[in-house]
Amino acid sequence: MAAKSQKPPKPQTNKKELLHLYREMLLIRRFEEKAGQLYGMGLIAGFCHLYIGQEAVVTGVNAAIKEGDQMITSYRDHGHMLALGMSASGVMAELTGRSGGYSKGKGGSMHMFSVEKNFYGGHGIVGAQVPIGAGLGLANKYLNNGKISTVFFGDGAANQGQVYEALNMAQLWKLPTLFIIENNQYAMGTSISRSTAQKDLYKRGLSFGVEGVQVDGMDVLAVRDATKKAAAHARSGKGPMILEMMTYRYRGHSMSDPAKYRTREEVSEIREEHDPIDMVKNRLLKEKWADLDALKAIDKDIKAIVAEAVEFAKTSPEPDPSELYTDVLLEVGT
Amino acid sequence: MSIDIQMPALSPTMEEGTLTKWLVKEGDSVKSGDMLAEIETDKATMEVEAIDEGVVGKILVAEGTQNVAVGTVILQLLEDGEGLDVLSAPIEAPTPDATPKPAPVSSVSSTPEPEQSTASVQSVPTEIEVPAGTAMVETSIRDALRDAMAEEMRRDERVFIMGEEVAEYQGAYKVTRELLQEFGEGRVIDTPITEHGFAGIGVGAAMGGLRPIVEFMTWNFAMQAIDHIINSAAKTLYMSGGQMRCPIVFRGPNGAASRVGAQHSHDYSSWYANVPGLKVVAPYDAADAKGLLKSAIRDPNPVVFLEHEMMYGEIMDVPDMDDYLVPIGKALVRRVGSDVTITAHSRMVGRALEAADILADEGISAEVIDLRTIRPLDSDAIIKSVKKTNRIVCAEEGWGQSGIGAEIATRVMEQAFDYLDAPPARVFQKDVPLPYAGNLEALSLPNAQDVVAAAKGVCYAN
Repeated sequence: MAAKSQKPPKPQTNKKELLHLYREMLLIRRFEEKAGQLYGMGLIAGFCHLYIGQEAVVTGVNAAIKEGDQMITSYRDHGHMLALGMSASGVMAELTGRSGGYSKGKGGSMHMFSVEKNFYGGHGIVGAQVPIGAGLGLANKYLNNGKISTVFFGDGAANQGQVYEALNMAQLWKLPTLFIIENNQYAMGTSISRSTAQKDLYKRGLSFGVEGVQVDGMDVLAVRDATKKAAAHARSGKGPMILEMMTYRYRGHSMSDPAKYRTREEVSEIREEHDPIDMVKNRLLKEKWADLDALKAIDKDIKAIVAEAVEFAKTSPEPDPSELYTDVLLEVGT
Repeated sequence: MSIDIQMPALSPTMEEGTLTKWLVKEGDSVKSGDMLAEIETDKATMEVEAIDEGVVGKILVAEGTQNVAVGTVILQLLEDGEGLDVLSAPIEAPTPDATPKPAPVSSVSSTPEPEQSTASVQSVPTEIEVPAGTAMVETSIRDALRDAMAEEMRRDERVFIMGEEVAEYQGAYKVTRELLQEFGEGRVIDTPITEHGFAGIGVGAAMGGLRPIVEFMTWNFAMQAIDHIINSAAKTLYMSGGQMRCPIVFRGPNGAASRVGAQHSHDYSSWYANVPGLKVVAPYDAADAKGLLKSAIRDPNPVVFLEHEMMYGEIMDVPDMDDYLVPIGKALVRRVGSDVTITAHSRMVGRALEAADILADEGISAEVIDLRTIRPLDSDAIIKSVKKTNRIVCAEEGWGQSGIGAEIATRVMEQAFDYLDAPPARVFQKDVPLPYAGNLEALSLPNAQDVVAAAKGVCYAN
């Protein structure tokens, strides 16, 4: 890890917290595995970007922020919604394009929102969520509501110009915003070494005076701790920070990606040695906070939640044809 | 030989200005770079620099003189050794038509739209709900827009403005004049020159519960930001199944200015009119500028508000009312007629009214419809008029292909085909990037005569 990164002693946690984080990450993994299956069966169409491998990032961030803080991300968004407590059924039904989905079937995998759970999308244009997320920060500062916004984007989006426009203004105006780079090493099929002249993305804010930290994004507790510090920084009026989460996606960029740009060995090495869920599982067992039976029971619970979501996503009706023309404009005065 | 120093044109749109203050007096020696006077233009207060060395001879225009035409000799500078006796009577201020070099070009000076059209505007107040006896206040369009923003900012603390030069500079076109002083830097926010970024920040602020007004110095620069206007602002309500609102106004000058070349002269009306999820407004007069902008700020949807750079300085009547709102989506019959319908928006309304005057002299009665809103387009008003006149000319400043006129002509043919006595005609900018040369620029932009010709065409009166 590079200069600014920290290698703290083993992060503090406890049985209750770690079991909770395990459940959260497992829900994302099982949900995504199922989504991949449904895509293969033709129940999910279009683009579908899975989060498998990156679960520790959003789970760790969510463990560090406060109720009411906002999240906004790209099209690889299922994990963020589940972490924020949006219902698995509502998300899955959106993937299948049904009326019970979060966007009534009109948004799809890449476009979901929940004002109630502080999730601001779900954005399909690479990098566009970054200034929008800074705008959420501007609203927080303007309203003096004590909230921070967390903006997630990938190593690919980190090369978009608007990211730097946003960083500049966020620092200039001391916006309470965290810029969280999920560096999964591949911008679609282009590895970071083939797309990026200077690969330490946490340094990308230095010329604006935005501090950056590189974090082991496969370690949910490291993510939690780094985010806690950064959140305190942003909330105290010192302005934004960059967190570069070093992570890895096991699946292709989207379901239609055969992932020919990397070797099978590369993927299995990460899966076997650095899997974020296995790391937590091992610690739970080592600390004797859970035995294999207890973990199996959790797995069973999660599978039941996902099965219920799938059932809902299959049976929820398609949107009524009358929905075609709704939600284009709001009535004046509403 | 003395040197005549003329009232300079300090902006592309300036035709006259106020000589607010002399910084030299007669007998002073000046050298190149010295400040001679302060001049208030249509955009800002600026200083006039000496270019030549010499002694201030005669000051010909007193401090505080308003409406000094560009080109008027304001001071005579003596070269070393010369006495006052060399001073000759200054040449008279040239009329704008004869101005040899400064900005006001023939295409501008040949369009005395507001003076001629005001009568027509006032003669048909039927669709604006202004109580009888309401006083009218002469207001520039610039100030009408400013007043709209100030009133809405007083009314709703969530409303703020951001953009380039909106605060300290008081607005690149002075549209945000004194807002900083009244509302402070928290609500009048200068941005860096970074349209893509601040448009996105505006969208995020709207989603986060505020009511942003995002000013683009011109809509030409908003090309950098069009992704956020369309993908992030216009589509989100639908993509979220009605959950995520984005109440935001994007505003600024649109269309051809004067002699600023192709990249600064683009009319985007039809671009934004193409997008569901947006409202697109393009006012013509000062009252509409105010009333429609207030409605736009209160609208829960993203609104694209297209102003006209060449019209900011036009002074027109605005009703003296506490809360003057003009509804979005309603066209206005600016002039009642029976032989042909002319549709137009923004500055082109003035051209259309001018054409209607000319046509009246030739015995053709034209009805002029000011679209005011481009999306949603008030089809009903147009169809109703065409059913009466049986002929239509669709006039706009932008290009023809896929333009506003193309859309209107199609709707008329779909909904009133049997009423038409002639194919619909269109008037639009020539199908070329706007040229810089004064003569070519004038040739490429549609004027009143083009509208007259098209109207005669559909009346078979040529």
